[in-house]
Amino acid sequence: MCADQTVHPEPSRRHAIEIFLGGGVLATLASFLYPVLRFFVPPTVVDLGGDEVVAAKLVDLKPNSGKIFRFGSRPGLLIMNSDGTYRAFSATCTHLGCTVQYRSDLREIWCACHNGTYDLNGRNISGPPPRPLDVFDVHLRGDDIVVSRKRGA
Amino acid sequence: MFAAIFRWLDQRLQLDDLIAPLRHKTVPRHRLSYWYFFGGITLFLFIIQVLTGILLLLYYRPGASEAFESVQYIMTRVQFGWLIRSIHSWSANLMIFTAFVHMFSTVFLKAYRKPRELTWVTGMLLLFLVMGFGFSGYLLPWNTLAFFATKVGTEIAGQVPLIGKPIMIFLRGGEEVTGATLTRFFGFHVAVLPGLVTVLIVVHLFLVQRLGMSVPPKLEADWAANPSHRREMKFFPNFLLRELMAWYVAIGALGALAAIFPWNLGVKADPFVSAPAGIKPEWYFLFMFQTLKVIPPKVWIVDGEVLGVLGCALAGLFWLLLPFFESDQPGRTKAWITGLSIFAVSYVIGMSIYGFVAN
Repeated sequence: MCADQTVHPEPSRRHAIEIFLGGGVLATLASFLYPVLRFFVPPTVVDLGGDEVVAAKLVDLKPNSGKIFRFGSRPGLLIMNSDGTYRAFSATCTHLGCTVQYRSDLREIWCACHNGTYDLNGRNISGPPPRPLDVFDVHLRGDDIVVSRKRGA
Repeated sequence: MFAAIFRWLDQRLQLDDLIAPLRHKTVPRHRLSYWYFFGGITLFLFIIQVLTGILLLLYYRPGASEAFESVQYIMTRVQFGWLIRSIHSWSANLMIFTAFVHMFSTVFLKAYRKPRELTWVTGMLLLFLVMGFGFSGYLLPWNTLAFFATKVGTEIAGQVPLIGKPIMIFLRGGEEVTGATLTRFFGFHVAVLPGLVTVLIVVHLFLVQRLGMSVPPKLEADWAANPSHRREMKFFPNFLLRELMAWYVAIGALGALAAIFPWNLGVKADPFVSAPAGIKPEWYFLFMFQTLKVIPPKVWIVDGEVLGVLGCALAGLFWLLLPFFESDQPGRTKAWITGLSIFAVSYVIGMSIYGFVAN
């Protein structure tokens, strides 16, 4: 083995230098690339919206109508049924994230982007949506209509 | 005077050597030669985009509270602002159209065959990047249609299993489409994409110059067997002058369209309104939009939109690699590729029309 080293000293030394040089260049590139890649990832924003929001005043809605309200950073849909009861849902379509609307002529929730419809329980009944809309709790507090996330959801 | 300047430069820089390759370059003459113009027209429209884009940059301000107002300012207050913006929008649409025509003419004339595989691949990458230009530029006026188009478009990217969600967050600059998305898209539109496209255009043109113009396989076989049948014209000046005439027509069409049908600005985006009825993407995304619309929510156990998105991605990947499925003998080109190409062009046109007329 010693003889072998004396016969071919050059290639192994060159190989070691290649590894050091190559490794050094790769490490340098990685040390440039890593911060750049991390830079691309946006910082997470904490949603301070909470679990409860005043969606509307009692006077805002007429029977058989709907209203988009702001729930944290996302839109919600509040509906007053013809019998005066209220329902609230996430307004983000489960298909590709458009904002849905209440259709008083059909008494359905409709997404204009890809023609998906949901019934008044938020169930997807036609078109491409794969899942029902998230349903929120609604209760009245004085003149305010308060919407909150379902307990345990 | 020009001759004197040219002589002065030529003595120092040997300009003649530089344009010598152009003098030797020839363009084949046959009854389908006019399809050769579309690459050049696309390039011309790209140059218009760069120039008008730079002008718009002088007044445009990215940001959710300023973008819409700054475009409104360009359209109403800046002298000829309406014209510059309308030309930018119309030229963008025409450029995508001519790029598609150029791509399909390459397919049907079978110009992608060996040895031009890399010309095809760079061309397809350019087509994808140009669509990226369209998608990112569409958001910049920050109007309602653009807001929802971006929401749906980035959500579509998010459907890809495993890598989709990080890609979506990367594109949006967060979980939702917000002002952060606008800043990013602005960066893509005016810096990242122009850089990539410029490099690819240089490579694409170098390859075209290096490999010469392709002729359809039947003609290629005929010309190889009977060299006397070969008909060509010089690129410089004969073809170039014809190309310049095509550019002149293009700029005429562009000016007329921009003046007669100035581009709309729409209504300022509001994240807390419903998507308006009749909302549709730009025409060049319509065929994909309509495909997603007709796929049922569940196909077997897979979500419909995941299937649609993966299907579109695979089709795009296959199209990118099309030359590698083709025979390298001009006499033995594959009939199934021709059949598939006819299907592809009919599908794109058919679905676009369906998407246009459907509610």
